[in-house]
Amino acid sequence: MQLLSVPFLRRYGKPVVFALLLVPAAILVHNWWLAFEGLPNDLGFNPQEASNRFTGDWTLRMLLLALAITPLSKLLNSPKPILFRRMVGLYAFFYACLHIASYLWLDKYFAWGEVWADILKRIYITVGMAAFVLLIPLAVTSTRGWVRRLGSKNWQRLHKAVYAIGVLAVIHFIMMRKGFQVEPLIYAAILAALLISRVPEWVRKARRRNRKAAAA
Amino acid sequence: MLIKNRHAWQESENAVTPEGVYVNRRNFLRAGLAGGAAIAGLGSGLSSAFAAEDRVLAPLTYRLTNIDPGEEQTPFNAVTQYNNFYEYGTDKDDPAKNAWRLQPKPWSVTVDGMVDKPGTYGLEDVIDFKGLQERIYRLRCVEAWSMVIPWIGVPLGPVLQKFGIQSGAKYVRFETLADKKQMPGIKWPVLDWPYEEGLRLDEAMNELAFLAVGLYGNELPNQNGAPIRLVVPWKYGFKSIKSIVRISLTDKEPSTSWSKANAREYGFYSNVNPDVDHPRWSQKRERRIGEFARRETLMFNGYGDLVADLYKGMDLKANY
Repeated sequence: MQLLSVPFLRRYGKPVVFALLLVPAAILVHNWWLAFEGLPNDLGFNPQEASNRFTGDWTLRMLLLALAITPLSKLLNSPKPILFRRMVGLYAFFYACLHIASYLWLDKYFAWGEVWADILKRIYITVGMAAFVLLIPLAVTSTRGWVRRLGSKNWQRLHKAVYAIGVLAVIHFIMMRKGFQVEPLIYAAILAALLISRVPEWVRKARRRNRKAAAA
Repeated sequence: MLIKNRHAWQESENAVTPEGVYVNRRNFLRAGLAGGAAIAGLGSGLSSAFAAEDRVLAPLTYRLTNIDPGEEQTPFNAVTQYNNFYEYGTDKDDPAKNAWRLQPKPWSVTVDGMVDKPGTYGLEDVIDFKGLQERIYRLRCVEAWSMVIPWIGVPLGPVLQKFGIQSGAKYVRFETLADKKQMPGIKWPVLDWPYEEGLRLDEAMNELAFLAVGLYGNELPNQNGAPIRLVVPWKYGFKSIKSIVRISLTDKEPSTSWSKANAREYGFYSNVNPDVDHPRWSQKRERRIGEFARRETLMFNGYGDLVADLYKGMDLKANY
């Protein structure tokens, strides 16, 4: 279909998706602007908590969306979704940065002692921070130059860290909620489905490797 | 919120509205809102609650007291739209959205265990509505936020004495209503329902322990634990159990919902204590709702003069 050709998607699809994924951040920034102007806003009675949760939710959604792209492309038997994978992945990093900024600035107001104690003592924060730290090298090496420098094999190996990041992020969410709550488990189920969808491919690759090893 | 001052000659709206209509009025409203909500979908994570309160909250007659921290009171809207009441959902705005289902009238409370006069009593027999008083208390949530709320009610101790506390009773156990029809949240096993809480008897007899039936001059809104709730201002908010249906005197320490859910995080005492960290939240500072920066948390939430003696000689790190 001409309308969804690769050049068309590159030219028009990407800017549209880019703008769309920016909408939640725009809503948040707009609301904080309203709050600082003393105008009515949707941040509620604990704006810091609302921001932490909102940015955390969207980080997780972007992560899951990024993880959904490869299975989607297999499902459609088309490489077109891959065109958007890097952008979505970088958006996950972008929302993670907003999440950290919300926590450090709005919530803790740069009380570094308290932040450090949180990271050491509060396991859900330790886990969340670990996920964020792991995300940094993936964001840095997202450019074509870095793929070349690392070699595609190494690059791919490095970017498998996203599976661990997904798992850590979901654990962070589950631990953050009090009591037995369903919402984080929905995210966990989606993540599990996305990981399981990759298993047949992993098995096939492992077999091929074994065969090669046996032949050599 | 719409406050209606009804003249004696006016019929109340619920008297002239078919029950099926007013019981389902939210569905009716939601049907109309659903279209708009779909459009606003992306922003829904931040969207504010629907109107908080339908019940007409009758004004109460009460006397003033000097129990007042002298700090700015948290606005009524925040007190009634930012709540933890998991029987109505786990988001802070869920109780305001869902608690219209609670039917606080008529209400009865079962009093049992080690009392001389056990039985099931109407609310009016538990609370002396002619002797109500207002007390302005700080409320400190374990999640490190706080409010200042003008409650109306009566001290807990004399209420318990009315039922005849038998010698040997050492603890008081409280239980919240757990009715699937009135409380949509209890279809999820967030906690082991019904919600239960407890105090040591000397804590319950302390002059600060309070049974509230109102706030800001009127009856308690549903989402704040109508029609009768506990307020123990020197303990974390979850100890101040809402919508009480049972009060029992016992000689054994009662189990409490949060400590059953996670004993490492929530103990029986749960006194506000900036020096004992919760595994999830530093308790050194708190966010007063309405303020941007955090403020220091006070030992026993600032009520040490009146309650510190209860814990003399106790290791508060072990008895958290």
